[in-house]
Amino acid sequence: MAEQALKNLNLENLKKEGRIFRPSLPSRQGQEKSAGRVFFVLSIIPVVLVIAVTVALFVRTWPILQQHSLWELISGTVWKPMKGQFGFWPFITGTFWVTAVGVGLAIPPCLLTAIYLSEYARASIRAMMKPLLDLLAAIPSVVYGVWGMIVIVPLVGNTLRPAFDRWLGFIPLFASNQPTGFSILSGGIVLAVMIAPFIIAVIYEVMRTVPEGLRHASLGLGATHWQTIRHIILRQTLPGVIAGIVLGTSRALGETMAVLMVVGNVPQVPKSIFDAAYPLPALIANNYGEMMSIPLYDAALLGAALMLLVIILIFNIASTLVLQRMLGKNWV
Amino acid sequence: MKEQPQKPGFSKKPGFSRRHITEAIAKGFMLLSFAVVAGSLGLILWTVLVKGLPALTWDMLTQTPKGGFYLGKEGGILNAIIGSLYLAGGGTFVALIFSLPLALYLEIYLGESRWGHSVRLSLDVLWGIPSIVYGAFGFTIMLALGMRASLLGGIVVLALIELPIMTRAMDEVIRRMPADLEHAALALGSTKLETASRVVIRQMMPGIITAILLGFGRGIGDAASVLFTAGYTDNIPTSLMRPAASLPLAVYFQLGTPFPEVQQRGYASALILTIIVLVISLGSRWIAARVGKFSVK
Repeated sequence: MAEQALKNLNLENLKKEGRIFRPSLPSRQGQEKSAGRVFFVLSIIPVVLVIAVTVALFVRTWPILQQHSLWELISGTVWKPMKGQFGFWPFITGTFWVTAVGVGLAIPPCLLTAIYLSEYARASIRAMMKPLLDLLAAIPSVVYGVWGMIVIVPLVGNTLRPAFDRWLGFIPLFASNQPTGFSILSGGIVLAVMIAPFIIAVIYEVMRTVPEGLRHASLGLGATHWQTIRHIILRQTLPGVIAGIVLGTSRALGETMAVLMVVGNVPQVPKSIFDAAYPLPALIANNYGEMMSIPLYDAALLGAALMLLVIILIFNIASTLVLQRMLGKNWV
Repeated sequence: MKEQPQKPGFSKKPGFSRRHITEAIAKGFMLLSFAVVAGSLGLILWTVLVKGLPALTWDMLTQTPKGGFYLGKEGGILNAIIGSLYLAGGGTFVALIFSLPLALYLEIYLGESRWGHSVRLSLDVLWGIPSIVYGAFGFTIMLALGMRASLLGGIVVLALIELPIMTRAMDEVIRRMPADLEHAALALGSTKLETASRVVIRQMMPGIITAILLGFGRGIGDAASVLFTAGYTDNIPTSLMRPAASLPLAVYFQLGTPFPEVQQRGYASALILTIIVLVISLGSRWIAARVGKFSVK
């Protein structure tokens, strides 16, 4: 029997039976090597792309940098392309304000929601939440913009603005200088809702990685749920919480359509959250049509794109460094 | 939900102390924020449905804009629906061609090596670049090549946007696979290429489908990048070099007009876009679950 089996195993028989003929070891290793080379070339693409995006935008921005100094562009407050005046300060502050309001509004409810889902909620709610968060992260930004125009802008314009004006109007931050709801606050609220699924998902995932033993030990010592969360869970997951916020912030910085539709788009340095603002992405998207007709306008707009890119890169690198330092210390 | 470890009869009711009040307040706030988050997200879907449904007609789905469409005359947004499907489909296809081998290479060949680390880092950086910057980048490249706004330009830029998303998604899937599977294949004498193309790829089928639909969903909803590169047109694109319309821009342009009828149609277009995205998102779960039956647990 054994001999028979051995005979069947020899190559001729295998071929006759119609089994696939495997190439020899050297040719397979050759395949492996050439595949490795092709793969390597593929893996260069992302690295090259990062550099290419930066360089291409820089090259197109160069003409305006020759006529105006960088400082003049960044600190200038007058935006009159027809007269050759390109001050980016209103747009930089606009981007900053809308993002800050959005992230500021998003953090407390997102953090509490993630804690609730991770520590209190029943398994059935938890199982429902993941698909729901994915779904919400997939809703296009223009839909959030539509919602903002229908619901948030009237809410801010007719309810919040008069109320704040009446009770807190003496604080410059809450003063109302214009009659509509197209304002930083509207942009911030829309952004907050948009980035919420991302922030919640990250924080929730991190909280689930905390070992059950830690919770049990704390509860076993007689701590309440909330004490366990504050002193054990939050301390353990602080880097993860920060990573979630960073992710949300970098999305908020670059968000174009939703913000553009509700923020008012007035090139001024905003003083109150009820002022209209004009963030960098909105500037680029709104004016791309006429950018080739005015001298240096295209360089200015692509410069705005470059500025946005640099802001996001610096923000991401800085936060990565902070996180690495934190992880290097006593966090698990 | 975990109960506090209390034996019945051993400790009676918890005392009405300060920490229990804090506990109750904290829990109240948590439930409140959960309700706010879930409520506002539900409100979005509800608003789009209520505003969009009355204006949604069969003509909107089956006709291209006729003369005076943006003044409230008849026509539909078939151009934008088809244009968006072309753009997102093409972009996802191109991105898949590059991202699938890239993800396999990252995990099976590179692992935790230095170069693998740099590639992952640049993918993260690409992930964070906003779509409007990609749009501006695509625009400068097309200008340099002497191209006009076209379907091809839109597809390429969407592929760039989707590449990091899809690669990272598939990278995660491979990472979560049981390592034994790869080890077993290698121990049987397979080369890395054979392991990747015959074993790993089959096991990650549900992950590939999820990644494809994730990329497609992102591509179809993206407005800022196609604004620069694909342009907008009232016709259905007939070749790669023609401009193409897209749904997000259709919504935006229609809302920008001063006529209530056209704005109504803008809401309806937003509803169509939302429905497409929801179907994709739910469909990907369903397909992934079905395909997942055949992979090793």
